[in-house]
Amino acid sequence: MSDSQVKLTIDGLEITVPKGTLIVDAAKRAGIDIPVFCYHPKMKPVGMCRMCLVDVGTPRIDRSSGEAVRDDSGQVIIDFRPKLETACTTPVSEGMQVRVWSENASAGRKQIVEYLLTSHPLDCPVCDKGGECPLQNLTMKHGPGKSRFLYSEKKHLAKHVQLGELIFLDRERCIQCGRCVRFQEQLVDDPVIAFGDRGRGLEIVTYSNPGFDSYFSGNTTDICPVGALTTADFRFGARPWEMNASASICTHCPVGCNLTLNTRREADAGGREIVKRVMPRQNEMVNDIWICDKGRFAHHFATSPERLTTPLVRAGGELVESDWPTALAKAAEGLKAAGGAVIGLVGSRASNEDLFNFKQLLDGLGGTALLYGSMAGGDYVGQVGVGKDTELAGLGGGDAILVIASDLHEEAPIWWQRVIMAAKHGATLVVANGRPTRLDHYAAHSLRFEYPRAVKTALGLLQAVSKDKGLAPYEGEQELKAAARALVGADNLVVFFGREGLDYAGSDALARACARLLIETKHTGRRNNGLIPVWSGPNTQGAWDLGLRPDPQFANSMQETRAALVIAADPVGDDPVLADSFGNGTFTVVQELFLTPTARLADVVLPARSFAEREGTFTNALRRVQRFYSAIEGMGQARSDWQITAQLGAELGIELEAQSCGRVFARYAAAAPGYEDLDYQNLSETKSQWPPVGGDDLYFGGTAFKNDQGVGVQLAPTSERGSTVDIEWTAPPEVSKTNGMLLVAVDQLYDRATTVKPSEVLEPRLAAAVVRLNPSDAQRLGIVDGSGIEIQHNGRVDTLPALLEGGIPMGTALVGRSQGLAIEYPLDVDVKPAS
Amino acid sequence: MTEYILLRHRDIEGIDQLEVYRKNGGYEAFEQVVKKQTPQQVIDEVKAAGLRGRGGAGFPTGVKWSFLTPDVYPRYVVANADESEPGTFKDREIMEHNPYQFLEGVAICAYAAQANVAYVYCRGEFWDLAHRLETKIEALYEAKLLGKKLFGTDFSLDIYVHLGAGAYICGEETALLESLEGKLGQPRLRPPFPAAEGLFAKPTVVNNVETLTNLPPIITRGADWYRTIGTEKSPGPKVFSLSGHVERPGNYELPLGSTFRELIYEHGGGIRGGRRIKGIMPAGASAPLLAATDEVLDTPMDYESVPAIGSQLGSASIIVMDESVDISWMVYKTSSFFKHESCGKCTPCREGTYWMYHVTKRIQEGNASPEDIELLDSVARGIQGKCLCALGEFALMPVISGIEHFRADFQTHTGDRT
Repeated sequence: MSDSQVKLTIDGLEITVPKGTLIVDAAKRAGIDIPVFCYHPKMKPVGMCRMCLVDVGTPRIDRSSGEAVRDDSGQVIIDFRPKLETACTTPVSEGMQVRVWSENASAGRKQIVEYLLTSHPLDCPVCDKGGECPLQNLTMKHGPGKSRFLYSEKKHLAKHVQLGELIFLDRERCIQCGRCVRFQEQLVDDPVIAFGDRGRGLEIVTYSNPGFDSYFSGNTTDICPVGALTTADFRFGARPWEMNASASICTHCPVGCNLTLNTRREADAGGREIVKRVMPRQNEMVNDIWICDKGRFAHHFATSPERLTTPLVRAGGELVESDWPTALAKAAEGLKAAGGAVIGLVGSRASNEDLFNFKQLLDGLGGTALLYGSMAGGDYVGQVGVGKDTELAGLGGGDAILVIASDLHEEAPIWWQRVIMAAKHGATLVVANGRPTRLDHYAAHSLRFEYPRAVKTALGLLQAVSKDKGLAPYEGEQELKAAARALVGADNLVVFFGREGLDYAGSDALARACARLLIETKHTGRRNNGLIPVWSGPNTQGAWDLGLRPDPQFANSMQETRAALVIAADPVGDDPVLADSFGNGTFTVVQELFLTPTARLADVVLPARSFAEREGTFTNALRRVQRFYSAIEGMGQARSDWQITAQLGAELGIELEAQSCGRVFARYAAAAPGYEDLDYQNLSETKSQWPPVGGDDLYFGGTAFKNDQGVGVQLAPTSERGSTVDIEWTAPPEVSKTNGMLLVAVDQLYDRATTVKPSEVLEPRLAAAVVRLNPSDAQRLGIVDGSGIEIQHNGRVDTLPALLEGGIPMGTALVGRSQGLAIEYPLDVDVKPAS
Repeated sequence: MTEYILLRHRDIEGIDQLEVYRKNGGYEAFEQVVKKQTPQQVIDEVKAAGLRGRGGAGFPTGVKWSFLTPDVYPRYVVANADESEPGTFKDREIMEHNPYQFLEGVAICAYAAQANVAYVYCRGEFWDLAHRLETKIEALYEAKLLGKKLFGTDFSLDIYVHLGAGAYICGEETALLESLEGKLGQPRLRPPFPAAEGLFAKPTVVNNVETLTNLPPIITRGADWYRTIGTEKSPGPKVFSLSGHVERPGNYELPLGSTFRELIYEHGGGIRGGRRIKGIMPAGASAPLLAATDEVLDTPMDYESVPAIGSQLGSASIIVMDESVDISWMVYKTSSFFKHESCGKCTPCREGTYWMYHVTKRIQEGNASPEDIELLDSVARGIQGKCLCALGEFALMPVISGIEHFRADFQTHTGDRT
């Protein structure tokens, strides 16, 4: 037997597993189910619930010779331990024999179930977990039919404890397994819940304010083996067996978490099927079995009553309801009349199919197709992005991660989680930002730069490892050089780059510097190495891969434009100054979900379907292409964006695929370099994943959904496909000294974006609309914490409360995006107390 | 006993003052080991003496020390002063009246374990005692018997006193370590044991107060001398905490191997009021209770003989009950105790102690049927062998032994007198 493999027998079945495997996992892999409550395959075992009791026997070894002792017939004598052992805490050993279904073991487990049920309430008829409840299932399989405990002696506890606004706790149902507490502490570094009191009074308490303050709290309801933890969003919503399940992909950030949308027909919704809850779908290469709370709770926009349901056309100065034929004809007419002076803007929420038809249409019109965005670098990602089969979860000792100009915890929580786990497993983390962020706690090197000098820091890192003499001006201090050394020596290096404090040129220069760093340190063209862009949307990479780019000067270009087609973007909402550019002289067609400020100015508004109402594909920032599927019918007369665009094309004599999303994708794949081999078939291929979840395995891995609809395909960057890549660094754009303050936009997970606001359950958690200042600056400007301040820029004045925070760099004011203050790139502003 | 070895304050007045302690040979042992012996030599001496843990488990102390993982530093020594077993009050007397011998024991242990930091974990209720102990430790620092580079060598030692917060379970060594680390006082999975991964995951020795107090005399007078006291397998003096229905309850220092009869009648003055003895709980609440037969009374109190008659010596807190005691009431009291003290981590103890409490309560209140005695016994046996630590296992012992030896007391309440 090799040193790394162990042979053992479980209930007569001989199996071979790696050394160190726990009995419970070994059994699971062999198809033998040992029941567990407190054990979870993604966490360290604790042996608390005692449900996994089994009989364990090991070969008797002669102490002097070290040999196994045999009986008369030559069989190795197996000594069974006098007490039952917990399978979750016992690693396998050579020749071990485990009896799961011995009389002793099953009687032991039966007794444990009886104990667990002594004070567990008979809530099944009203408990959300019913139907997907490990306690129910394991009681049926392992428990006694009756309890001898007197009903009157049952302990009564609070049943609707709000651990914060998002999660409810029923203390009577809790079986003190500790999965929730350990998940928060071990996996997401948010130890905001804990056990309090002791004995039968052991209870879950929250120490944070607001309660259960964690972006990952919803995951505890998936791994809770009973109905103790439920979400405020879904509780009392529906029975699991009443709901349909459809595979989807989250649209809130570039991670691309795999989702399952549970839907049910509702009388309240006029008989329509609506999304009842969002659940994780297992994809170990993307999001494990977790999703962040934004992905879990911010789904109501898809079924909001505010959705556009009919086409609108402008008549007599007003937008009035119309029908598709009329609206399409009118739109086409206006677009044609522009004679090629058409600008198209498509947002990052558009699927690859939407993007393709959009680009074709604009090309057909002779116009300009633009990606609506503020960050550069997608083309470099296509060249030096992460290699095929990259798994962030695989990073650890010997590897390095650089995160620059991005606050991952706010922008892509699941990546933040994977980065901290990598750091915990020994990866060297270098974090560079203008201000401290949550990631600094795990960083071996925390680099601080003045906004917007992110590029200078990146070039400083490059200078330390490069022979290029031209980089001399960017030489950095000791700390930066030490960080660079850590990156150079790493087995694997991934670089996350963001856009905090940068304008478009700055983000392009940053991306180039990061790409160059990867090239010079030879961390390109293979798995777990490469450039990762922290985009703001789910499919920005898909746009870049098709050749779409933002134009940071598009507002100027709008002056010469005579028509505009805006899809899944709201430029006017983002900056009211742009109101002059749309409508009026510029014939504007908008394909949208809601009547946004841009749509209000349009000449034709075409109602689009949300991600939940249609299928399509997204390319996440690690260049994994993933399919999402339709979960509910289109709202009213809404149509998918790719279809609307194709129908516009038909009116304009531009041939576009209008019937089959899959066929549009085929065209996309033919046009986007690297996508040639993809089709809906291979994107739907699944693979066996560990740990097993859902269905019969929901007691083991939780109620996340098994992935039967496809894990997607990750594309190789050109550097991995044999092409030599040469990306040059560029000097960062000049930063003019300012007398006032530099106003920098930051992303916050719970902002007031159009896709977040309709979720009322998140309302108490929405990031406060404040401007954050350093106390020294505030004192100098005569600003008191909490008081109103005026931000003046280019004649515009915004008033917001000030929040003083020590970590904010001097001379800088931070404000969240989508908070009502129009800002994308850093702005020179004057700040003073509000009059 | 001709002289007190552990309760020396009963021989020497004022020995809780450092000068008096030193005048009577105090700190000679510590100085000797630090200046003249290697840690391994100290371990070997203690092994040779056969000293066994006095906290209840009776594990050979020198052997426990030898389990420390080699080459892993720093190491820690923790003195378990969480004395919470019902009927145990020996450690308290030692710390109150002979504190320096205890602290010298801590120091010797630290030297043997190559630890430079030691903690005395006191139960939360020892508020005054812990503060007094701190003043004793201050005096040791002043006398340069604690601190940096002691006796001109490279060995430094700091001792800190830490207070718990009122949990019996924190006497369990891994729960104690959790509490000392500032976490919820719940036992850990073993393995790994503290000698491998203890305080802050470093090799740690956890020893009882009385165990440590044995170390100075073992060093100064030698293992051979130590073995002249007690029995072959259970050598040394033991402080027995005698309580219950005896004329003279209190701590008695006797050689291990002295019989129950000797302790209860010769030293304890026999049963008060001339009543008849009924039962003995030899290890506080944490062992089967014994019917006080002649066979039991003549059993030597050591770590082998008591298990041979179906119980445990444990921490040697001998609680004596006379004929006036309703054992079913006693079992209700122990069940209440364990239900209150269960940490709640594992299912059988958390739910089982709660259940047993309720059944015993019902029996006391006259709301129980004869079947409830079987139920109580069954619930207790259902816990056995399934718990994460010994508390659950102990909790069931008075129940099962109470029913086994004194069923009639239970039946009085259930209306089924056979």
